[in-house]
Order: sequence, then C-alpha cells, then structure tokens
Amino acid sequence: MTKVSMTVNGKAASGEAEGRTLLSSFLREELGFTGTHVGCDTSQCGACVVHVNGVAVKSCTMLAVEAEGAEVATIEGQAAPDGTLNTIQQAFQDHHGLQCGFCTPGMVMSTAALLKENPKPSEQEIREYLEGNICRCTGYHNIVKAIMAASGQDVSAIAAE
Amino acid sequence: MPKDSGIGASPKRREDVRFLTGTGNYTDDINLNGQAYVHFLRSDMAHGRITSIDTTAAAAMPGVVRIFTGADFEGVGGIPCGWQITDKHGEVMQEPAHPVLAQGKARYVGDAIAAVVADTAEQARDAAEAIELDMEELPAVIDMKAAVQEGATKVHDDLTSNLCYDWSLPEDNKPAVEEAFANAAHVTTLELVNNRLIANPMEPRVAVGDFNRATGDSTLYTTSQNPHVIRLLMGAFVLGIPEHKLRVIAPDVGGGFGTKIFHYAEEAFCTFAAKALNRAVKWTSTRSEAFISDAHGRDHVSTIQLALDADNNFTALRTDTYANMGAYLSTFAPSVPTWLHGTLMAGNYKTPAIYVNVKAVFTNTVPVDAYRGAGRPEATYQLERVIDKAARELGVDPVALRRQNFITEFPYATPVAVEYDTGDYNATMDKLEEIADFAGFAARRSASEARGKVRGLGVNCYIEACGIAPSNLVGQLGARAGLYESATVRVNATGGLVVMTGSHSHGQGHETSFPQVIAEMIGIDESMVEVVHGDTANTPMGMGTYGSRSLAVGGSAMVRATEKIIAKAKKIAAHLMEAAEADVELKDGAFSVAGTDKSVAWGDVTLAAYVPHNYPLEDIEPGLEETAFYDPANFTYPSGAYACEVELDPETGKVSIERFAAADDFGNVVNPMIVEGQVHGGIGQGIGQALLEGAVYNEDGQLLSASYMDYAMPRADDLPFYQVDHSCQTPCTHNPLGVKGCGEAGAIGSPPSVVNAVVDALQSMGKDVTHVDMPLSPARVWQAMQG
Repeated sequence: MTKVSMTVNGKAASGEAEGRTLLSSFLREELGFTGTHVGCDTSQCGACVVHVNGVAVKSCTMLAVEAEGAEVATIEGQAAPDGTLNTIQQAFQDHHGLQCGFCTPGMVMSTAALLKENPKPSEQEIREYLEGNICRCTGYHNIVKAIMAASGQDVSAIAAE
Repeated sequence: MPKDSGIGASPKRREDVRFLTGTGNYTDDINLNGQAYVHFLRSDMAHGRITSIDTTAAAAMPGVVRIFTGADFEGVGGIPCGWQITDKHGEVMQEPAHPVLAQGKARYVGDAIAAVVADTAEQARDAAEAIELDMEELPAVIDMKAAVQEGATKVHDDLTSNLCYDWSLPEDNKPAVEEAFANAAHVTTLELVNNRLIANPMEPRVAVGDFNRATGDSTLYTTSQNPHVIRLLMGAFVLGIPEHKLRVIAPDVGGGFGTKIFHYAEEAFCTFAAKALNRAVKWTSTRSEAFISDAHGRDHVSTIQLALDADNNFTALRTDTYANMGAYLSTFAPSVPTWLHGTLMAGNYKTPAIYVNVKAVFTNTVPVDAYRGAGRPEATYQLERVIDKAARELGVDPVALRRQNFITEFPYATPVAVEYDTGDYNATMDKLEEIADFAGFAARRSASEARGKVRGLGVNCYIEACGIAPSNLVGQLGARAGLYESATVRVNATGGLVVMTGSHSHGQGHETSFPQVIAEMIGIDESMVEVVHGDTANTPMGMGTYGSRSLAVGGSAMVRATEKIIAKAKKIAAHLMEAAEADVELKDGAFSVAGTDKSVAWGDVTLAAYVPHNYPLEDIEPGLEETAFYDPANFTYPSGAYACEVELDPETGKVSIERFAAADDFGNVVNPMIVEGQVHGGIGQGIGQALLEGAVYNEDGQLLSASYMDYAMPRADDLPFYQVDHSCQTPCTHNPLGVKGCGEAGAIGSPPSVVNAVVDALQSMGKDVTHVDMPLSPARVWQAMQG
C-alpha cells in the first residue's frame, strides 16, 4: 500500500492505495467521493469521468498513484458552495437531461470539458463528443438539448422536452 | 396555457439536485462497518459437470473469510419462479430447480459455482482464481429449434426434454383460423427473429447483506425495482426468513428496464452469508459479470401469417414462436412470451380469428426474462412487420391498409382474451402524419438521392397492455403473486404529507410526479408532499415498478388513500366549523361551508388531528394517516403510431435515422416533461434493438457480445432528436386518474418502423427484399442490397 495525496475539489485529500487501485476506486472507496460512478470495466461508459489537472479523464483508466499531487475535480465540486447548481447542472435539470442519474456525473464532467474547448458546439459536435458517455435512459435527446442550452444556444425550435 | 403546478404541469424534477451534485445514494455507495466482499467464481463452460472443487489453497489466501460452494446450499431453497404456465394440453410447465450456487452441473457461461468472501474485493477476486475447479465439458444446447429435437442434450437431466411448455391462445380458435386461411384471398407469411438483448441499466447490480445477531434481523440493500417482491421471494422461498425479520432496501437505483425486477442468486447469497458469518457481505457486479448474469431479454424466433379477404380486410392471424428461457426460469420469464405476448397479437386491428402458439425452450444460455416492453415488443414487431409486408405484396399503402382494419369501437374484446377500454387509433395516426410530415417525404427522398443516399419511410402502430394487473385474472393465468399496489399517506400535524408507496422510482421521477397528484387533490403546494419508496420497513407491501404500472396502479392507490384522508379531514373541519359534514368543501387547501363565510385552513385541520382538544373524539380517532391497496379492474391499453425515416448508404449499408416521430395516447398525463422523457428513452432502446444491439452466442455457448466493446449500446451520435406527441388522449375508464402508462411504449413502438423504413428504402432501389433481421447492421443491409 502506498500513501497517495491529491487535491480534490480544491481541498487536500490523501489515502492508501495499492499499485493496482484505480483512481475511480480510490475516489469512491478511500476518499468517499461516491458521486463518481463506475458503469463498466472497459473504459466505455464514461460514468466515471473526472477532471485531472483540468483535463477530462475516465477515472477507471488511471491508477490512483498516477494522480499523486494532481488537482482533481469531481461532480461533488461543481455546484457553488451555497448549493447553487452551475450552468451545466442547471441546464440538465431545466431540460430533463437525466433520469436515473447514474451516468449524470460523467455527462456533466464531460460537458464541462467540451464547453471549455468548444463554447458553442453544434448538435453534431455534441453527439460526437459524447461518444464516450453512455446513457441508457434518455435516448440522449434531452442531454444534447441541455448541453446546447448550457452553451447559450436557443433550443426552442427543438421538440419540447 | 400550460399549468405551472398540479396534474398536467412539468415542474423540474426534485430528485435531479442530488443526482447532479453527486449526492445520490446508490447501493454501491453504501458501505457497512466491517463489511466483507464476495467474488463469484462463474462457469466458463456453457454446460459442464463439476467433478471436483478444491478450495484448500484458495482458503489460505490473504484476507479470505470463507469460501462457499453448492454444498453449502443443500437444503436451502432455490430461486423461485413467480409464474406457472399451463400448456395447451392442460399440463403445467416443466420447472427446474435453480440453486443459489450450482450443484453438480453448470448450465450457462456465468452460472455461479463458488463464492469467495474476503476482507477486500481484491482479495476475494485473487482467491477465486486459486480455486481448483475440475469440470467435464458437456455438449451445449444453444439453438432453440435444435434443443427440442428428439435426442437433444438436456439442460436439466431430471426434466423430460428442453421444452418448458407448448402454449396456445386460444386453442378453441384453431379451427376458425384454419378455415379463414383456407378461404383467404391473400396470405402473407413472414419468418423473423426478435433479437436477444441485454438490458444494461448503467448501474450494475449490487447487493449488500447485513445481519444483526442481537435481534436476529436480516437486511438486504439491493438494486431492485421491487424490494417487497424480493423480500417475499427470498424470505419465503429461499432462505426461510419471515417478512418481519427481513428488511429489503432499494435506495437510488440507476435504471432497471426490467432486469432489476427479478430475484437473483447474488441477493440470496449475500443475505445468507451475512448471517452465516455475522458480518455484512457486499457484492458489486462488474459490467462483464452483468453481461453473463443479468437476465437477458427478447430472443424469439417466429413465423407469422396474415390472411386477408379480397377487400384487404384482415380475416385471420396465426403465429408460431420459439421463446428462449435460457438455462433456468427467471422470476417472470414464463409470462413474457405467453400472457404478455399472445394477448397483444390483435394489435390495433379487428382481426376476427387469431391463434398463437409459443414453445418455450431451455438452452445453455443466461436466463431470459422481461426487458422493457416484455412480450409486447415481440408481438408488435411480428404484427407490424407482417402487415407492412402484406401491404407491399398487395401494392397498397401500408398506412391505408392499417386504417382500414383499425378497431374503431370501444370497449373491444379481442379474440385473444383481453378487452381494450378506450383508444382512437385514427387520431394517433392523423397526428403522426402531421408531426412526421408525411407530405414532405417525397422531397426529402429526392434530396437524399441527390446526395447519393437512399431514403425510406416506415410506419407502425402499437398497442400494449400496462397497469399490470388485476390480481384475480393473473392468478387464473398462473401468476404466483397479486399485482395490486399500495400507498400510505401520512399527514403531519403542520400540514405536510408523506406518501409511502410500494412503487419504486429508478429514473421515472416519482418523487416529482406523485406529489403533483396529491397537491392537486388537496389544493396545496407540491413542496408540502414528500415521497418515500424503496424500503420495506417504511412502505406498505407493494409490488414495485414494471409493466408501466406505477402511476396507473401505484398512483391509483395513492389517490384512494388521499381520498380517505380528505374524507376524514372533512369530518374534522365540519366539527371545527360547527357545520354538517355534507356541506363542507375542500378547495385550494381550505375547507369552507357552502353558502357561508366559514372557513378553516388545511393546516388548522391537520393540527387538530394531532392536538385533538377541540375534536370529535367520540366519532373519529385522532391522527391523519390512511393506507389504500389498489387492485386494478383491467389492464390499461396505451397505443400509438410511430414513423421512422432512414437513410441508407449504398456503399456501406450503414443506416442512419434521419427522423423519428411518435404519436402516443397515454390517456391523461400528469407530468408531460417526464412522459416525453420516458418516450425518448424507450425510442432510444427500440432503435438500439433495430440497428445495433444483439446478444450473440457461438455454438459452444460463449457469449461473444459480452462487453461494451462488442455489444453495441446506442451512443448519442447513433440517434436523432425525436418528435413526440401525446395530445391524443382517451383516458383509461377504470382507474381514478384516467392514466394508461408510458414507460415501455417507446421500446415497443419503435423497432418495426425502423425495419419497415429500411425495407422501404431497399425496395425503392429496386431490390427484391422483403425482410432483414435485426439488428440492421451495415453488413446485413449491404448483403441485402446485393440481391
């Protein structure tokens, strides 16, 4: 076991990890950030997306020890300290972009990364960017719509949610 | 103007806040003090005799607490089946034993043989690899038709064959159907496969068993759509724990789609082991395990024939289906190809004579059970494909042929044992023609052609039976459970309410929609109503959520309980206002006496109920809490019409969905936003079935599509925006809300229109293609183009 230290959502955090411990397991089991979900074991579903040093990563594809000293952002740190949802979270609620909520943390974190590199993505750009995030509930309609809305685009012409 | 609260409004979902901030409480988020972890050693053979299991070395590995094998479960009950089918000869189905851990033989790849409990999940996994397991490989039975041939290897040695049952509906109709076929002007025949699917809710299954030696109480936390059903099945049939000593909690559940209805061996194992070890035991499925241990769905092979007279009226329908049960009978498996399938074969049409035959077959594959729609998608697919084929053979418009044969008068008793209460199939078809813009199709087809693509339009209708179900009826049909639903409405002294429901929400938004109903009934703000679900300790016995039943059955129970609350509250209000009870009215959260200025607020009455100083104690008890159990009088019958436009790439055979429209009749709608979201999700899964998804076994019984690398889950760029409409509303006549249910419609209604559209496109190229089996992969479509 190795001691691993990192900053999670702006606060120092540390715990014990084996060499094989995945960052997703470390966040969930060791540090208690259970908002990051694990939906597969082949790095396909994207429920575990977090940001490491500002870059979106699937935390099941990274070892905990690789994140030593890193700045990690998870879903738990996205809302304001008073609980106010951020623009993306609010758009997902406003446009019913989630149902069971299991893929949602990864969707929100991927969306944040998308909008950082492409502030006004087209429908097609959003759909292609979400290739690595699987949702089984929504048929993606309201997720795509929420992301367009979160980026300030007029979604009134898209069929009502 | 849309309402901003109550029935018909679309308030934002209150559950979203916790899901959007990472503060949901899913089963895998639950960790109990000192818990151990279990890893299951699963068979890698589809069919094998266990000759020896040596756990000595594994048991000595670091952290191992104990290793369990089938021998530990001798004398313990097996996993029960909740539905017994009686076949066409009056014989009951063959029902094999289904042990918690395999005994003697493993019968599918994934069948659990041993369970290692250790201090950590990694230690359990490592030790499982050290178990010395010897198995003699036996021939695997994979193909259903081969499985029922004389001399086929038997999945279960103690059964007479691999045929579970040979069922028909109704046997009495057979002569009339045969006569109609003999006299038909035209007969259309179609053989088709309803592809095997894997439900794949994004949250894998999890079970945490706990035991309190001081009280003797067992607790199971599990990813279930129906915690009371699990408590009853596991407690009564597997482990012998009475309900009052067993609590089952299904907290936030990350999607179900049917596959989390069933009672699984892993749940029983964790509960059993927690007691045996006096220690909490946790199992978290990996996705790879989910593929080979969650019940699969669909997997029918059918031949359907439609007879028409010279005027193109449907005169008879007959269908023969082989339905895969897998290796064991999962909880509701026998009901899916029978009463949830055969009864829907009339569809939206007045076909006078129908005969359905279903042979259910055991194979060395994962058990197959209900998946979103459960039997109704299979019925709809057969019927709507054969009608489309008939229209093309006869050279008539597929929509016109459907309209000509629509049922138009209600109630309508079908020849297959059900009675539709309401519907208006022309209205949904009219709406579909409008929202799908049939008129603009020719221009869009030309535009596609100009781009070198081939466009096709496919249409279908559907009807489903939801609101499952009248207990006395399903009891006659073989159900071993009642299918009522329950609600307790507790009013607090200061006027807020808690509704404790037997329904379960795992994405459907009950915490938002159920309060809309109660708030409207009383005339208070929705924020005054809270929903509690998912814990057998604080909800009344209920049957849970599946079959699009939560609002139609669970909501009805909630309405009945609230009616009792209002009736009692009126007595209290009458006392407070010194008025006759009959003169008291409740409106906008206040009680008043007709024709006077007397009024008391809702909160004054609720306070009086708990501080009964000025109270009619001689007539009524203090307190304000009521329970209702609602048993539906009939199924509900949502219906609709769907249209899909596809574009084929003639170079590659790739199909892209260009437009998709759905016009549904769900009766009354409580929360349009949630209803439309349910339809979107169902369509996404239906398009997934039609284009992408398929569970594929090789002849040795290895599941080839056993991860997201191989099983094609629909991604965002596979799907379009959908045009959905639910403005055609013929309210259900027999439940108090007039609602029909919307959860499965999209998955039932969408596959046929996708396939119809692809066939339309292929025929527009001049290809002599009448059918392509799902999933319509580029390889299959390209092959069809070469004909």
